[in-house]
Amino acid sequence: MIGTIASQAAGRLYAAVMNLPERPMRWAQGHLPDGRLGWLFVGPNLAIFAVFTFLPIIVDFYYAGTGGTNLLPTERPWVGLENFASLLACKDYFEPNSCVRDQFWYAIWNTVKFVALQVALMLAFSLVTALVLNRKIIGRGFFRAAFFYPVLLSPVVVALIWKWVLQRDGVLNAAFVGAGLQPVEWLLSARSAFGWTVFVSIWAHMGFYTLILLAGLQAIPADIYEAAAMDAAPPLRVFRRITLPLLMPSVLVVLVLGLIRAVQIFDEVYVLTGGGPGSATTYLVEFIYNTGFSAQVRQYGLAAAASLLLAGVLLVLTLIQLRGMRAKGSSRG
Amino acid sequence: MDRLARLLTATRGRGRMDWTDWASYLYLVLGTLLMLGPVVWLALSSLKSPSGLIEFPPTLLPQEQVRVAVPTYPAPLPLYRITEGDHAGQTLAEVRKIGLQATMVDPAAPETPIRVPIDARTKVMRLHAAWDNYGDLLQKFDFGRYLWNSVFITTVATLITLLLNSMAAFALSKYRFAGRDPVFLLMLATLMIPPTIILVPNYLIAAVLGLTDNPWGVIWPAVATPTGVFLLRQYMLTLPDDLLEAARMDNASEWRIYWRIVLPLSKPALAVLAIFSVMWRWNEFLWPMVVLGRSESFTLPLALNSFQGELTTQWNYLLAMTVVTLVPVTVIFALLQRHITQGIASAGVK
Amino acid sequence: MLADLPLRITLAAATLAAFGGIAVKAEAADIRIACYSDGNECPATKILAERFMKDNADIHITIDEMPYKQILESVPVQLAAGNGPDIARVSDFGQVASYQLDLTPYLKDPAYWQTAYGPVLDWMRTGPDDHGIYGLMTQLTVSAPIVNKTLFDQAGVPIPAKGATWDDWAVATAKVAKATKTPFGMAWDRSGARFSGPAISEGAKFFYSAGHPPMVDNGFKSMAAKFVKWNQDGTVDKDVWVSTGGGYRDAFEEFANGKIAVYLSGSWQLARLQKQIGEGFEWVIGDAPCGAGGCTGMPGGAGFVAFKGTKSPKEVARFLDYLASEPVYAEWMVMTSNLPANLDLQKKKLDYKLTPAGIAAMAQFQANAATLSPLAYKLQGSAMSRPMFNATVDRISQAISGQITLDQAYERITSDVADAAAAKNRK
Repeated sequence: MIGTIASQAAGRLYAAVMNLPERPMRWAQGHLPDGRLGWLFVGPNLAIFAVFTFLPIIVDFYYAGTGGTNLLPTERPWVGLENFASLLACKDYFEPNSCVRDQFWYAIWNTVKFVALQVALMLAFSLVTALVLNRKIIGRGFFRAAFFYPVLLSPVVVALIWKWVLQRDGVLNAAFVGAGLQPVEWLLSARSAFGWTVFVSIWAHMGFYTLILLAGLQAIPADIYEAAAMDAAPPLRVFRRITLPLLMPSVLVVLVLGLIRAVQIFDEVYVLTGGGPGSATTYLVEFIYNTGFSAQVRQYGLAAAASLLLAGVLLVLTLIQLRGMRAKGSSRG
Repeated sequence: MDRLARLLTATRGRGRMDWTDWASYLYLVLGTLLMLGPVVWLALSSLKSPSGLIEFPPTLLPQEQVRVAVPTYPAPLPLYRITEGDHAGQTLAEVRKIGLQATMVDPAAPETPIRVPIDARTKVMRLHAAWDNYGDLLQKFDFGRYLWNSVFITTVATLITLLLNSMAAFALSKYRFAGRDPVFLLMLATLMIPPTIILVPNYLIAAVLGLTDNPWGVIWPAVATPTGVFLLRQYMLTLPDDLLEAARMDNASEWRIYWRIVLPLSKPALAVLAIFSVMWRWNEFLWPMVVLGRSESFTLPLALNSFQGELTTQWNYLLAMTVVTLVPVTVIFALLQRHITQGIASAGVK
Repeated sequence: MLADLPLRITLAAATLAAFGGIAVKAEAADIRIACYSDGNECPATKILAERFMKDNADIHITIDEMPYKQILESVPVQLAAGNGPDIARVSDFGQVASYQLDLTPYLKDPAYWQTAYGPVLDWMRTGPDDHGIYGLMTQLTVSAPIVNKTLFDQAGVPIPAKGATWDDWAVATAKVAKATKTPFGMAWDRSGARFSGPAISEGAKFFYSAGHPPMVDNGFKSMAAKFVKWNQDGTVDKDVWVSTGGGYRDAFEEFANGKIAVYLSGSWQLARLQKQIGEGFEWVIGDAPCGAGGCTGMPGGAGFVAFKGTKSPKEVARFLDYLASEPVYAEWMVMTSNLPANLDLQKKKLDYKLTPAGIAAMAQFQANAATLSPLAYKLQGSAMSRPMFNATVDRISQAISGQITLDQAYERITSDVADAAAAKNRK
């Protein structure tokens, strides 16, 4: 009873508020040429975007050309391309120790390795999970929810959970000792620390991609499979010829989002390993953060220059993928 | 190979359980353990006392050493079971320890001190949940205020996000106007910008606008999400234009078309965006930490994080704090999981 | 007395007082302190601040407790934007040096500050020509080896006595580890400051008269080489320095857990040692180990620093004056179980509320503090100390993990420090 009254009241309030722009909009409709009306709807969103995303990027461009440690842009000396030059000064790009900014190049190669491995593995695991969940399974809702649950956790929480499990006296080592094995310093060797950052980021995100793929699978019309069954096509061929091609749009979405996210990896790893051991898990955003934000001498110009290089790479990646998507879209008509 | 392929292609089995079904269930059960196990382990650990946390191998459930009150001793004494020597099998209380020897007494006969080497005894433990970890946390802070700050920011930011993003998505999907595609691409391109790299300029801007130290400083920069615009636009593209045309025939204003027709039809996508937005704002950490400098405007994660010194990490509090922050998200998810997972699936694929 | 006065005067006085009170209240200076706790520093300060406010109704103090990282990373940005707190508890003074307020004109008795807090005032100054008073140290810390006596007893190895070198300590702890089946002999906090104590003892000079310091000299190299060797042969727990990419990591859990025999940390761990180890084992504080350059640990500590942006410099100074006065400061040190930075109090015996082990430890810390090398003070106070410490930790960790050689590490330390200095001096 009270519930209905409350929801009615909320409905009225909602209607009253949403009616407010009615008159100005009508006026605008009468007075603006058709093409301008869209701007009214995009405007507010775009304005906030301009202030809190575009403007900071422009400031970043300015920062990238300045030096010193002062945070106020107006009080920073102009140094031109010096920051970029120092980032790119290298005898051999594959040997970070030969570079002026060795950490930057460690970060680049670590990121490349991480992205390749993480995206490939995550796609594989999400796909398998989605395929399994697409079967007639008892408790499907529960399993789907269980795989999705980590997606909801904040990166800091994710990292703390795994830090707690992986620490020297943690539960994983207890299991090892219980099985008669030697305890392992999981985050101490470069290889295993790197592996764990890959694993943890897959653990945290794969539920989301699984859902997208699962939806894609469920959207494949059942009659196609039935037709294939009539032809007694071997299952592997059905998978390759029917499932995979029809799932391609979803796979592409997963690839694009996964790739962008992987290149931006930061929070989880920052809390989990702090970039260590040595610089084995220092990825690009962490380098930027360390240089510009957490170092005692904040070289904001350097950090901004690295950010722009990163943004440039990301932009190229996306353009390539957008082109790919468009090609796919047009071939389907 | 063929059978493996069947595992991959089968949609909804055929009555009898064959091995592919067993394999599927095995995969799912192991996966579930892997997904939920660490979280459960964390929650159990958060109830351990500091000394319980450093036990190795760790116990599954939180424990503490049993202490008994012994006459003539002011404080309760810790109990040990003696494993070797004359008193093997007895349970004694420790009075003091000097080097490798401990002076102990039998609680039943406290007059005679007994000397025991310290490696000839084990602690007597009992189950004990250290609720103090939580009690201390909640006591240390004005918990209600921080909870309110978090709830306020999350709710208001989500409402504004839904409104602004859906307006933009409406225009981007249902209008043709000069500059539409560049605007859309520009917004999408910012998806590539890791928020970390615009932190400092953003703070300077927030300071100029007077948004620091107040919740709006967290809300405004967060509401124009490119993901939201993208998600809603893709969804709205699937709504038939005929509906809009019919409404225009009835002389409905464009605004009315937006909120009376398009919004209600976009409910599934809006629900997904709402969930994302709640999740983002609730978990947000780095930006609030920079922009909120005063304790009365802290959000929950900031407040719970505030006891970390330069030189110390106290795992008992850290674990309790982690649990406190993940409980609300978990409860909401448990209640709404079907809607959430289905919603994301349906909106994500479009 | 009051009854003798005519009623009207009494009334008038009462009204005036009431209005005056309101007026004062309306203009009460609002002071915000950004504070972080290592133990209970912020709550203890809060108690003192409340007492102070009772006697100074015109000042309202709010203590914002936040994590150390937030002070380190956010407060400088806030200060740059003109939005910062009035006072902050800081341990890296170089970071906020340009925003500091010289309190000298506002203090009741600057001479008292100079005599009582002389050596540590330098830490907040920007150079030898700077004579300002910028804040108050909330404690003095001193690094020292913390020893698991029970393990030494079990192994039958005597704890290295006064005058023992770091090599002696390494040999002894390795012996203890072997005899007691403990995983490691020693662990050092992952901190450049911690490393600098042994390095100075080994003869590192850190400073030269001209130009940028080529801080990597023979003394430094000798200690670095030893430390890397100890890490690699298992004398020192490698995990502490290698398992994280950047920043500080302590080894307290390892020590409390009985995984190491000797732990190089410092006086700020006292409260935790008492609380967490309890009856677990016996622990004592060792004398500062020696080398060619002497026997010294490193001093350190955090301080309340006042900022130029404050609207009420007088009130800020009044509160710091209150905290700095000998009786209040002494009480504060007892409340937080910290060593005083006040020279007069350092000579006195404070009545710490600690267990016998804690009191013995405090006395030993105090003894170690008295023999700190002047070079250690100078290094801690240098504006370049943090960049030096960070470069040391980053590069030596890389050398331990085998990512680079020791020689490469020396080169990188030198170039990192030079790079930081160049960025700092670029105006």
